[in-house]
Amino acid sequence: MFDLKGFGDQLLLGALMTVGLALSVLCVGTILGLAGAIAKLSKSAPARFAAETYTAVLRGIPELLIVLVIYFGSSGLLTAAAEAMGHDGFVELSPFAAGVTALSLVFGAYATEVFRGAILAIPKGQIEAARAIGMNRRLVFLRVTLPQLWRVALPGLGNLFLVSQKDTALVSVIGLEELTRKAAFATGFTKAPFTFYMAAAVLYLTITSVTMVGLHLAERRASRGMPGMRG
Amino acid sequence: MSFDLGLVIEYFPRLLSGAGLTVELIAISSLVGICIAVPVGLMRVSASPTLRNLSLAYVFFFRGTPLLIQIFLVYYGLSQFEAVRNSVLWPFLRQPYWCAIVAFALNTGAYTAEILRGAMQAVPRGEIEAARAFGMSTALLFRRVILPRAVRIGWPAYGNEVIFMIKGSALASTITLLDLTGMARTIIAKTYAPVEIFLAAGLIYLAIVFVLTRAFRRIEARLNRYLLHESA
Amino acid sequence: MRKIAIALAASLALAGPALAADKVRIGTEGAYPPFNQIDASGKLIGFDIDIANALCAEMKVTCEFVTQDWDGIIPGLLAKKYDAIIASMSITDERKQKVDFTDRYYSNSLSFIRKKGASIEQANLKGKTLGAQRATIAAEHIEKMYGKNVDVKLYDTQENAFLDLEAGRIDVMVVDFGVGYNWLNSDAGKGFEFFGKNADVGDHIGIAIRKGDKELADKFNAAIKAIRASGVYSKINAKYFPFDIY
Repeated sequence: MFDLKGFGDQLLLGALMTVGLALSVLCVGTILGLAGAIAKLSKSAPARFAAETYTAVLRGIPELLIVLVIYFGSSGLLTAAAEAMGHDGFVELSPFAAGVTALSLVFGAYATEVFRGAILAIPKGQIEAARAIGMNRRLVFLRVTLPQLWRVALPGLGNLFLVSQKDTALVSVIGLEELTRKAAFATGFTKAPFTFYMAAAVLYLTITSVTMVGLHLAERRASRGMPGMRG
Repeated sequence: MSFDLGLVIEYFPRLLSGAGLTVELIAISSLVGICIAVPVGLMRVSASPTLRNLSLAYVFFFRGTPLLIQIFLVYYGLSQFEAVRNSVLWPFLRQPYWCAIVAFALNTGAYTAEILRGAMQAVPRGEIEAARAFGMSTALLFRRVILPRAVRIGWPAYGNEVIFMIKGSALASTITLLDLTGMARTIIAKTYAPVEIFLAAGLIYLAIVFVLTRAFRRIEARLNRYLLHESA
Repeated sequence: MRKIAIALAASLALAGPALAADKVRIGTEGAYPPFNQIDASGKLIGFDIDIANALCAEMKVTCEFVTQDWDGIIPGLLAKKYDAIIASMSITDERKQKVDFTDRYYSNSLSFIRKKGASIEQANLKGKTLGAQRATIAAEHIEKMYGKNVDVKLYDTQENAFLDLEAGRIDVMVVDFGVGYNWLNSDAGKGFEFFGKNADVGDHIGIAIRKGDKELADKFNAAIKAIRASGVYSKINAKYFPFDIY
């Protein structure tokens, strides 16, 4: 269909990098989101305030800016932090680490809301029952809330994952050789922008489609034994 | 690590002029986006499989690929073809301004169409049946009952979509436009102070988002005021 | 606790100390043919890359290349993403306020390109659309010489700027002579030509390093002299241009 002029392998390599980046963001972002939700629902006012600020700021600034600021700003901050801890020398984030950090912060901000909603969706009665048999709050969270959280949060997290897969394209601007950057390199070499950006689009659509099928299966599995939950 | 506040103050007016272009791009794209979304949303729930599949393909493509790729396709991709360059559309497509609007509008059109479809499907059956019982035609039913209700149901989701578009508009800077991000990048090319300038730009974006969020809540309250009367 | 924090920081930060004794990290763009670009196997090629490899061989250090978009290339050096920039960077007073430069490794003048036969002269650029890459001396030159009389479009990469010249979105390209020469000799540049006189802005291309990194500067300067003397330089030059660009 397309004449990729030998750049096909490069595009596939780029797509692999895109998938790796997206999966890393999913892992780190989920942890951030869980922490954010716990903070938002906590009794401590400073924790709630910190979490509110985090979600408001990260959801209101373009992802492109966040990626750029983390990449260029992190080394100064990290080096200062390391020096404060008595470590001299230079620390920095590679484009991959900076990309994961930036997109995870964004993912976490949205996931905070997803998890908050999911925690609130767990019937009060279950928590009261657990408290009644003598579980402390920690144990209630670990044994009652957390295991059920996934089922409720899965559709929301799935959507966020689809969004962040596309956001990985922004990491191309800080030099990570993922799919979009590979397509841009190929365009520069061959002067055929439509061909390569369309090829990249097809690869993104493939990644999206596979993810959608995977999410569908995961949702089915998560809601097994819950006949009312099936669509 | 040092932070030069003087730089921020010196370049703030230029950043604001960039913000003006950002707001303009968003305003025009969302209007065009709505004009795309309404027919596409109706096609998505139509009885004709051809219309359904066509609209599904459009929505799938624009929601399944990064906006950055879409912008590059419209701006650099289309001009690869001699036919496009000789067509009547070229006076528009040769300008990055219109390319950005085309890409943003097609993108937000796809997302908005899905919001509209979901909202139309959420309109209570009873209301539709009641309207049918009055003898309304399908066209009248959509105009008088389904669409007005769907707008109310989908409004909060549409508010989120506009926020997403504000953030996505930063990509206009990749095709030579001096929007807020483009202005910031041009200033950084002179000052080499990315952190200061990007943070200042970030604050302006936050302000735009804040104002728009407020406005959307206001309108939401207005759209739903008849509900308040009911409960009162 | 402190140890743990440091270990955490170290594991986050994928690169350790900036300058190990025998490794130099070099920032380049990868989108500026024939000086630096990326081929179908994902490898960096070009004049800058050959020169960098020759200098590193001369200095007996390993070179590691990092690619970085042009408008972030000096911030990247300042943020210690790499130790030197070998990316056809002009030595300018503005840049000297932020970074130090080695001696030149080639010279450059600015050329003007138009569509073949177009009735555009350097004297009547008023109202025309001029294109250049963002954050380059070409962009600076346009602003200084023609200012508000022309419409200026600035691009992330030179390659994107050429795509737009080809598409007819810009009337005139202002570009480094070597880059323009290479493009005009490619398929894409067939319908275009140089016009007018090149602007000689006394442009020397050097290697940028962080301020005060004198040891590295001295090493590079010695290596530039050495490859000039040994003939390695002229061999690389001949591979790309039929004329001397030093």
